[in-house]
Amino acid sequence: MADARYAIELKGISKAFGPVQANKDIHIAVPKGTIHGIIGENGAGKSTLMSILYGFYRADSGEILINGQPTTIPDSQSAIRAGIGMVFQHFKLVQNFTVLENVVLGAEEGALLAGSLSKARKVLTDLAREYELDVDPDAVIEDLSVGHQQRVEILKALYRQADILILDEPTGVLTPAEADHLFRILKGLRDQGKTIILITHKLREIMETTDNVSVMRRGTMVGTVKTAETSPEQLAELMVGRKVLLEVEKKPAMLGRTVLKVEDLRVVDEHGVERLKGVSFEIRAGEILGIAGVAGNGQSELLEALGGIARATGKVTLKGADLPLSGKGSDARSRRAAGIAHVPEDRQALGLIMDFTAWENVAFGYHDAPEYQKNALFMDNDALRADTEKKMATFDVRPPIPTLAAKSFSGGNQQKIVVAREIERNPDLLLIGQPTRGVDIGAIEFIHKQIVSLRDQGKAILLVSVELDEIRSLSDRIAVMFDGRIMGFRDPETTDERDLGLMMAGMTGKGEAA
Amino acid sequence: MDYATLLQILDSTIRLATPLLFACLAGLYSERAGIFDIGLEGKMLMAAMSSASVAFLTGSVWAGLMAGILASMLMAGIHGIASITFRGNQLISGVALNFVASGITVLVAQRLFGQGGRTPPLEGEARFHPITLPFAEELQSVPILGPLYHEVISGHSLLVYVAVLTVPLTWWILFRTRFGLRLRAVGENPAAVDTAGISVKGLRFAAVAITGILCGLAGAYMATALQAGFGREMTAGRGYIALAALIFAKWRPVAALWACLLFGFFQALALRPDVVEAVVQVKIPVPFLDALPYVLTVLVLAGFVGKAIPPRAGGEPYVKER
Repeated sequence: MADARYAIELKGISKAFGPVQANKDIHIAVPKGTIHGIIGENGAGKSTLMSILYGFYRADSGEILINGQPTTIPDSQSAIRAGIGMVFQHFKLVQNFTVLENVVLGAEEGALLAGSLSKARKVLTDLAREYELDVDPDAVIEDLSVGHQQRVEILKALYRQADILILDEPTGVLTPAEADHLFRILKGLRDQGKTIILITHKLREIMETTDNVSVMRRGTMVGTVKTAETSPEQLAELMVGRKVLLEVEKKPAMLGRTVLKVEDLRVVDEHGVERLKGVSFEIRAGEILGIAGVAGNGQSELLEALGGIARATGKVTLKGADLPLSGKGSDARSRRAAGIAHVPEDRQALGLIMDFTAWENVAFGYHDAPEYQKNALFMDNDALRADTEKKMATFDVRPPIPTLAAKSFSGGNQQKIVVAREIERNPDLLLIGQPTRGVDIGAIEFIHKQIVSLRDQGKAILLVSVELDEIRSLSDRIAVMFDGRIMGFRDPETTDERDLGLMMAGMTGKGEAA
Repeated sequence: MDYATLLQILDSTIRLATPLLFACLAGLYSERAGIFDIGLEGKMLMAAMSSASVAFLTGSVWAGLMAGILASMLMAGIHGIASITFRGNQLISGVALNFVASGITVLVAQRLFGQGGRTPPLEGEARFHPITLPFAEELQSVPILGPLYHEVISGHSLLVYVAVLTVPLTWWILFRTRFGLRLRAVGENPAAVDTAGISVKGLRFAAVAITGILCGLAGAYMATALQAGFGREMTAGRGYIALAALIFAKWRPVAALWACLLFGFFQALALRPDVVEAVVQVKIPVPFLDALPYVLTVLVLAGFVGKAIPPRAGGEPYVKER
């Protein structure tokens, strides 16, 4: 009776949160010893489904079979007992504990720690040898890179003898090399008979790594296909429910005169460390300059210095006029007045106030604009709301309700609100950081189109992104940053990923260390 | 200052540091588990009143001690329900409980004994009495160490020794046991504990219960050992001083012992203005000496003792996310 071909079988799983049907009659069967991808846009119900599998929620109806056995999973402990291990997008690690302590937590052998720790040390050594999962067991988590922290999460699951490993958006925080390493580990695990469920919105990862892929849209499972028999275009269409352009369509650049000129720009952080070590470049009208690089190599400081958030030294001119880099006139407000719009990298920290409504967020930075004032004392909130409604319509923000709090929108729609606010001001220079981080595929297409159309209107754009694909498809020119410096400029038509990857790792194009 | 005077001051230091130490370790368990507890003061006060009252009425200090612990645990339970079950604001809950304790102790004592909110003085079996450690008398003639042992180490009530032994016990529980690992984890990242299949609420309630027990000991010690009875507001801010000591000690048990001894030393100095005058050659007004422990508290809380990083999830109710 028990069909043990499948590691996991879900039959008719439904889950509603109040009026929102997060999962509707989900059927899925994951064969043992395979890597199974689950893709879908943000809010498609992937996370809810996995939370049901890990015992965070109970399904309203439906049946879960693990290895052919009907199983109820009322809490995480039951999920662990059923052999399910979960690697969350945001790691569940205790930052000031060692690797060993994190692995042992919740899976201790007895009331005293010593025995558990020495057993875990031995198991970790074995696992490290078997699966390329080496991590120093005595390292403290906060000293580890995100790639290593993720390995600790995988080790935690394996230490609990998980046969089924679920990974939620595992590559969001990894460098390309780290992501490759992760996929090697996953394939190794699969070859040892483990079953892996990979949740992602990145089509390339699905195509390269999985055996089968299931697509979710708006709470339903729209289909499961063999990866070898599908294409990124077909998957994207299944996800969004319509045809999607994966490549950005853009005309050749019509370059005008120089808009932004940056010479020897330097930024020192609050600890006295020089983060930007003398950066020089120019951006001309009608040009997108893309800054590639692994996160933390000075890109954020560059955006902050130009956006008026961080103090800097050097020389910056906008359309021939000097911009003060410290003191009077170097604040964000003066920059906006000078014609620089800024879509910050971290929209939830710098771009929006999450508890404030959409229309209030649309006012930020431009709250003293004349069209928002009723008289000398009061703002014209009606005009603001009407303006927000107009922007929401133009930028297809859903739902188009100006009085909704920013936190109630999905990541993609939050980003559209920020982009609408900045682009609609018709700036001479747009600074835009990580424009599509945490944004679903339909919204990515839209935001990319907006950036290109701004460039076609003859504006200058500085694009910072850790997504190499995004940089390559949007930019007219690419600068690669490493350790606070620009390693070189490349033409996106003539460069390739290997060349850029080397520069991102601090080598010059000729393969020498800088 | 002669040796005998020094020993006297050290002797009072230990006696005065004991309630601080109990309260400080009480706070340590709670805060390490991620529950801020500004209500140490109120719990001590409740325990002091309850223990003195029951000890007087039954004539047994042990019954008093039990009553003090229970009263303190009751207060801790309310704080737990407010901040763990209902995810309330931990500071507000703690402050409210302090107010409740401040009023209710006087009310109950007045109702029971009609002596202006005090309990009658405790005598005989209704109090803890000093115990003499083995060989204290015999070794008294040994130079330097003999008197030190006799005057400072020996001759305290049982609870003083319990307090000192709680320090290594706490260290051992925190760093050598499964419970300690989970307790520290839940104060740093409750989500890690939750996804490991352990109950966050269960752990936090356990920590809060221990806080209740230790505050009970602190209050009972004040009313039945340090002094002979309860008087209104007798804890006089010791709960807050203990919190300052906890921050000073950076939430570590052994450092907590030293921090509490330092605060106790300042309190002991305030009792001997004559000695202070003899040492510094200037007459320092007594109110200024009285204020010293509190001044030190303010300095510690204002961050003049270097950066103290509290448990990362402290003060934040845990809400399960997807």
